Amino acid sequence: MRKTECLAMILAGGQGSRLGALTKKIAKPAVPFGGKYRIIDFPLSNCANSGIDKVGVLTQYRPLELHNYLASGSAWDLDKSDGGVFILPPYAREKGADWYQGTADAIYQNLNFIDLADPEYVLILSGDHIYTMDYSWMLESHKMNKAEATIGVFEVPWDEAPRFGIMNTDKTGRILEFEEKPAKPKSNLASMGIYIFNKSYLKKYLEEDAKDETSAHDFGKNIIPKMLADQGRLYSYAFDGYWKDVGTIESLWQANMDLLQDKPPFELNGDWKIYSSNQPFPPHYIGKEAKIKKAMVSEGSMILGEVENSIIFPGVRIGKGAKVTNSVIMPSTVIADGAVVDYAIVAQNCEIAEGAKVTGELGAITVVAEGETVEAAASGKQAG
Amino acid sequence: MKTVMGIINLQEENKLIRELTDRRAVESLPFAGRYRLIDFTLSSMVNSGIQNVGVMLPDKPRSVLDHLRSGKDWDLARRHDGLFYLPAPHDEAVAARKGDLKNFYHNLDFFEHSSQKYVLLTSGSFVYNVDFSQLLRFHQNTDADITMVYYTSTHETPGRNVVIETAENGLVEDISEKQAVYDGSKVAMSVYLMEKRIFAEMVRYTFEHGGQDLLMDGIIRRASEYNIYACEHDGYVAHVDSTTAFYRANMDLLEPENWEELFMGRNSIYTKVKDEVPVQYKETADVRNSLIANGCEIRGEVENSILFRGVKIAKGVKVKNSIIMQRCDIQEGALIENVICDKNVVITKDKWLKGAPTYPLIVTKNVVI
Repeated sequence: MRKTECLAMILAGGQGSRLGALTKKIAKPAVPFGGKYRIIDFPLSNCANSGIDKVGVLTQYRPLELHNYLASGSAWDLDKSDGGVFILPPYAREKGADWYQGTADAIYQNLNFIDLADPEYVLILSGDHIYTMDYSWMLESHKMNKAEATIGVFEVPWDEAPRFGIMNTDKTGRILEFEEKPAKPKSNLASMGIYIFNKSYLKKYLEEDAKDETSAHDFGKNIIPKMLADQGRLYSYAFDGYWKDVGTIESLWQANMDLLQDKPPFELNGDWKIYSSNQPFPPHYIGKEAKIKKAMVSEGSMILGEVENSIIFPGVRIGKGAKVTNSVIMPSTVIADGAVVDYAIVAQNCEIAEGAKVTGELGAITVVAEGETVEAAASGKQAG
Repeated sequence: MKTVMGIINLQEENKLIRELTDRRAVESLPFAGRYRLIDFTLSSMVNSGIQNVGVMLPDKPRSVLDHLRSGKDWDLARRHDGLFYLPAPHDEAVAARKGDLKNFYHNLDFFEHSSQKYVLLTSGSFVYNVDFSQLLRFHQNTDADITMVYYTSTHETPGRNVVIETAENGLVEDISEKQAVYDGSKVAMSVYLMEKRIFAEMVRYTFEHGGQDLLMDGIIRRASEYNIYACEHDGYVAHVDSTTAFYRANMDLLEPENWEELFMGRNSIYTKVKDEVPVQYKETADVRNSLIANGCEIRGEVENSILFRGVKIAKGVKVKNSIIMQRCDIQEGALIENVICDKNVVITKDKWLKGAPTYPLIVTKNVVI
């Protein structure tokens, strides 16, 4: 491989257990989002748009659909002869196979890949955030600060700060202290889980960490605190755009709903395209008696009923007299005539039968898992 | 179908559709919200298992080349075979001749060097989703020299078409070019399957004996020399050979059965991928009986219409019975009825545009009204 300036590594192995029924069959980064995308489209498109053309994707949990989706990487223009997407699942060595033990261990186990790409810098991303960001600016700032590590931070409301990993910095942005979920936060700068490291610096710490049997092998818990304890040059890079962790059902639902604002929180149709693997579907059809407003609808869908404040993925059927409100309907699902869906996330390939009802409420979104059928008799309020 | 190579002839003359084809070939006319006409023939070929396709370039090739590029979106960017462009001849003696036959003659070595035994000759101005592998089986069973595909017309339409008469077993008894078709006419869909050997002989002999037009001089005039059979296609089909036909074929897709049959069956129609966001319907949107492509942003009223990718419909706008192509911007309070807007048209505030139901008003590319 040719020498690369900056190699990106996307941590896409997480199970996403807090997404419950949605991640029974697929890994979290493969969960559909925003009417046509999957969560991993965001970091991948950000890489492609930032000019980073070598991307390792570390997979582990239920990787089939994710591997199938990523394929050659051509959807993100990342099918290069010397670069592109590299899928990195755990693999067996002489002494046997290991699952990735933590975020740091996942990178440690792929150090030989990193050595092969031989970058100056390693950008570490996670596969469960929705945002559009130009990583090249973060890299610039990393270089200007002559930093050994730079951590992307995001200002969160003070009352939410205790839920995040919080960075305390000086005026120049240098990180003095890192507190994981502090009860009394001294700052409201939360870590976005986006790191740039000098490669040799990262390698040294990963190798040390691997020898430490008491370590959880996690960037937030072990690596960053250790670097700070050693007085490393760690800087923060403040991001002020839209950034959303979609690790829970409620936050995933909310992030989808955010797109329905009259002015969406980030430019959807601008120069910063979000790429995704497209299916060959025609423009969607809106029927003669359909009613549709405040909605996002994708290709190949047929809408004969009523849709409001909802996100409709490709290939969805919404029958006559059906009513879909405040909901997310994932690809190829059928909402039959007269069915009612409110405050729900209905996963792929489901069928909500004629006259059936799937209703949740704000704060208790109902989820229908992939491939399920909801009959009229069995309907009603379901557990989220 | 590995034994069949496809040819798409983009050399059709189209005087009836001039406004929209001023700067592009008919085959690259935008259609049904996100497609170009050529997508239907090309996708049918690929879905039937044809892996070697030659595209006979039109005189205005840019939009076709820009659309097809390497053929990747049709899975035709292959190490062996795949998509080939066949340019028009450049040496003067051949180029001076009229008709499309000279282009076939000029490219004979491409056909002869391909490994396939059969040639499937098509045009790119039809809308259909056909499985050609059934045609090959029929061809082999009847032991025909040439097998063609036709549909039975259900209404009277003007326009040049090849009309045939067949016996019960499909044997073609007459083939001729008519100026109109009637209810019950058997109309050729410009699909001809034959052995490459027969095709090459046909091109060479006809051209060297003064022929100009492959269909007219190579097949119709010499019909008695061949054993020709025809196969009926009973699915949706439209021949886009005039502005009215273009408008009507688009509107046909507002019938869910046609939409479903053409696009949602086992075989998909592929096109160049543009990575547009899903359609955004805002608070004031009111849309009925319409086909809407990704990338649109809708705040107004849309009825019986087709919106292509990236169209903006502002608040207070009314669009009815219209075709609005890529990236048009319809601004506040505009009223549009029976109109075809070509790409990148801007209709500014409060303008009213209305065509006749049988003769839509056409606004040409990049115009600001």
